[in-house]
Amino acid sequence: MQKIGILIETRDQRVKPAMYGVITAARGPERELYGLVFDGRGREYKDNLAAYGISRVVAVQSENGMIAWNPDTWAQAIVQVMEQLEINILFGLTSAWTKDIFPRVAAMLDVPLVLDCLRVDIDNLTAEKSRFSGKTIATYKLHGSHFLFAVRPNVIEARQAAGTAQVDAFTVRLDHERMTVEAVEQDPAARVDLSEAEIIISGGRAMGNSDNFQILQQCAEIIDAAVGASRVAVEAGWVPHSMQVGQTGTTVSPKLYIACGISGSVQHFAGMKTSEVIVAINTDSGANIMQSCDYGIVGDLFEIVPLLTGQLKAIKNNE
Amino acid sequence: MKIYVCVKSVPDSAATIRIVGRNQFDEHITFIINPYDEHAIEEAMRLRATNEKAEVIAVCVGRAEAAGSLQSALAMGADRGIHVTTDDAVDSFITALALKAAILADGQPDIIFTGKQSIDAEGFQTMFRLGAVLGVPVATNVTAFALQDGIATVDCEMEAGGRAVFRMPLPCIIAAGKALNNPRYPTLPDIMKARKKPIQTLALASLDLPTPSAGMEVIGLRPAVEDRRRHIIAGTGEQAVAELIRLLREEARVL
Ligand SMILES: Cc1cc2nc3c(=O)[nH]c(=O)nc-3n(C[C@H](O)[C@H](O)[C@H](O)COP(=O)(O)OP(=O)(O)OC[C@H]3O[C@@H](n4cnc5c(N)ncnc54)[C@H](O)[C@@H]3O)c2cc1C
Ligand SMILES: Nc1ncnc2c1ncn2[C@@H]1O[C@H](COP(=O)(O)O)[C@@H](O)[C@H]1O
Repeated sequence: MQKIGILIETRDQRVKPAMYGVITAARGPERELYGLVFDGRGREYKDNLAAYGISRVVAVQSENGMIAWNPDTWAQAIVQVMEQLEINILFGLTSAWTKDIFPRVAAMLDVPLVLDCLRVDIDNLTAEKSRFSGKTIATYKLHGSHFLFAVRPNVIEARQAAGTAQVDAFTVRLDHERMTVEAVEQDPAARVDLSEAEIIISGGRAMGNSDNFQILQQCAEIIDAAVGASRVAVEAGWVPHSMQVGQTGTTVSPKLYIACGISGSVQHFAGMKTSEVIVAINTDSGANIMQSCDYGIVGDLFEIVPLLTGQLKAIKNNE
Repeated sequence: MKIYVCVKSVPDSAATIRIVGRNQFDEHITFIINPYDEHAIEEAMRLRATNEKAEVIAVCVGRAEAAGSLQSALAMGADRGIHVTTDDAVDSFITALALKAAILADGQPDIIFTGKQSIDAEGFQTMFRLGAVLGVPVATNVTAFALQDGIATVDCEMEAGGRAVFRMPLPCIIAAGKALNNPRYPTLPDIMKARKKPIQTLALASLDLPTPSAGMEVIGLRPAVEDRRRHIIAGTGEQAVAELIRLLREEARVL
């Protein structure tokens, strides 16, 4: 049996939905999946994790109980779990957390890591990921004793697998901290991290100001979408940088990406080109995005988006 | 105070990547300093401004042509450059070892700035490997930086606009995020002046690096295919929206 660890990310005491695709990606014959949970829980997640193929839930804690967020100590804890349970492959979701923890674990163990994988082949130890800002897909071959993979949210569809799981506590011994955490602030207004959203509706230069983003927000509420933006909208100060999609913003891969008044620059595409379906709403039929979308409407977003919101609302009320 | 900045030379994001063979690309395109590394240089310049004896040294591992990106760093104000030259495609293991060797052969770093990611490899990891081989702490995606009494305080961007504040002693590695600062644009005189600044060249092979026990190689490269339907929906706004919703539900099945 090959032992594979999966760092389980949770939010508000629920497993992040995008985790299930990651677990699906790690599954295979002759493999035993360990779900590493850090939020002080374990039993609460057992059934959901087992439904996707995890057979061992490991509730990681220190002698003092739950391990508070500190990327350095979390990485130390993961290294101990991997060494003691003889786990030599670790999976996770590409997120702000894993971008801060996985490279630490990889560096501590001096082993390879591929962040933001689009596909992983565990048997051959290869992984595919974007290279050159999404313009190409590279296949990496890894050499080493342990292997780390963080998978882009939503690129691998979650499939259930019947199974049961046991829950074990695992107590790590933490060394001194090399960095201390003074504060952690999550924006309470932010509902879902853009990178995990299944539907995103984004606005660009054509939005014109901050207030107009309300038009997108209203539509987003009906279809449970997150709102994104192009760099122009961010640099103009209309929306925060956390909403920027693209090469220098967040990389997203939703089921549906609706671009409103966005021209479709290479740098914007770098952050959303793996979306399953791209919709463009643009006054210019010659805009770049019209050549690279699934469905396009040539029109004024200030007319089209409210119509979309209205029709979606009507459908929702009828169902 | 010795401030080192790691700068990578990367293809311009606007350049077309033409794949050659199985895993190469046509490198006759414009290379630029990795955009995040400009934020690293900018922060180094701001730190130098508070300390008369500080020196900013830009370090780059790459082909001979990468010297152009070191020139950009010098034009932004770095005092001098160190160029570790190699024609091979080097992974983050070797890059970290080379950066360590080049830096320690030059001086004792008080602080090292890097970018949070390179826009070509998108590895998100070289700074952590450098931190591990040097035995110093690392903070990534840094959006604010302050230094007092040998302790660095940094804000790091977390998910959905959240932030974490860390403190760590020097020496340490600070990996710059985009929100850290606005990089300065060099003026023509800056660029002229940069040409007179020294760049030391070291061949990677001459550094006598230990052989890494692990590695990653690119064995395949292919264009990201944009296989899109490109269906432009006609009709009045009302009609087009109705048709769009129908297609999203019945054809694409994403609503
Ligand atoms: C190093 C670097 C990194 C970058 N990183 C990013 C990044 O991460 N993300 C990013 O987005 N950009 C990034 N950019 C910027 C990028 O090059 C483009 O400038 C930017 O994406 C353009 O934003 P836009 O599409 O909103 O604006 P524009 O290109 O100006 O497009 C506006 C579009 O709106 C349409 N329009 C106008 N009025 C209406 C209306 N009423 N209704 C409907 N459509 C209308 C126009 O036809 C046009 O197509 C980066 C650039 C560089 C150099
Ligand atoms: N060849 C290189 N030379 C100098 N610095 C590098 C090199 N490769 C990576 N770096 C630094 O490490 C950061 C992260 O790179 P990466 O791990 O490739 O995403 C970059 O922003 C640079 O500051």
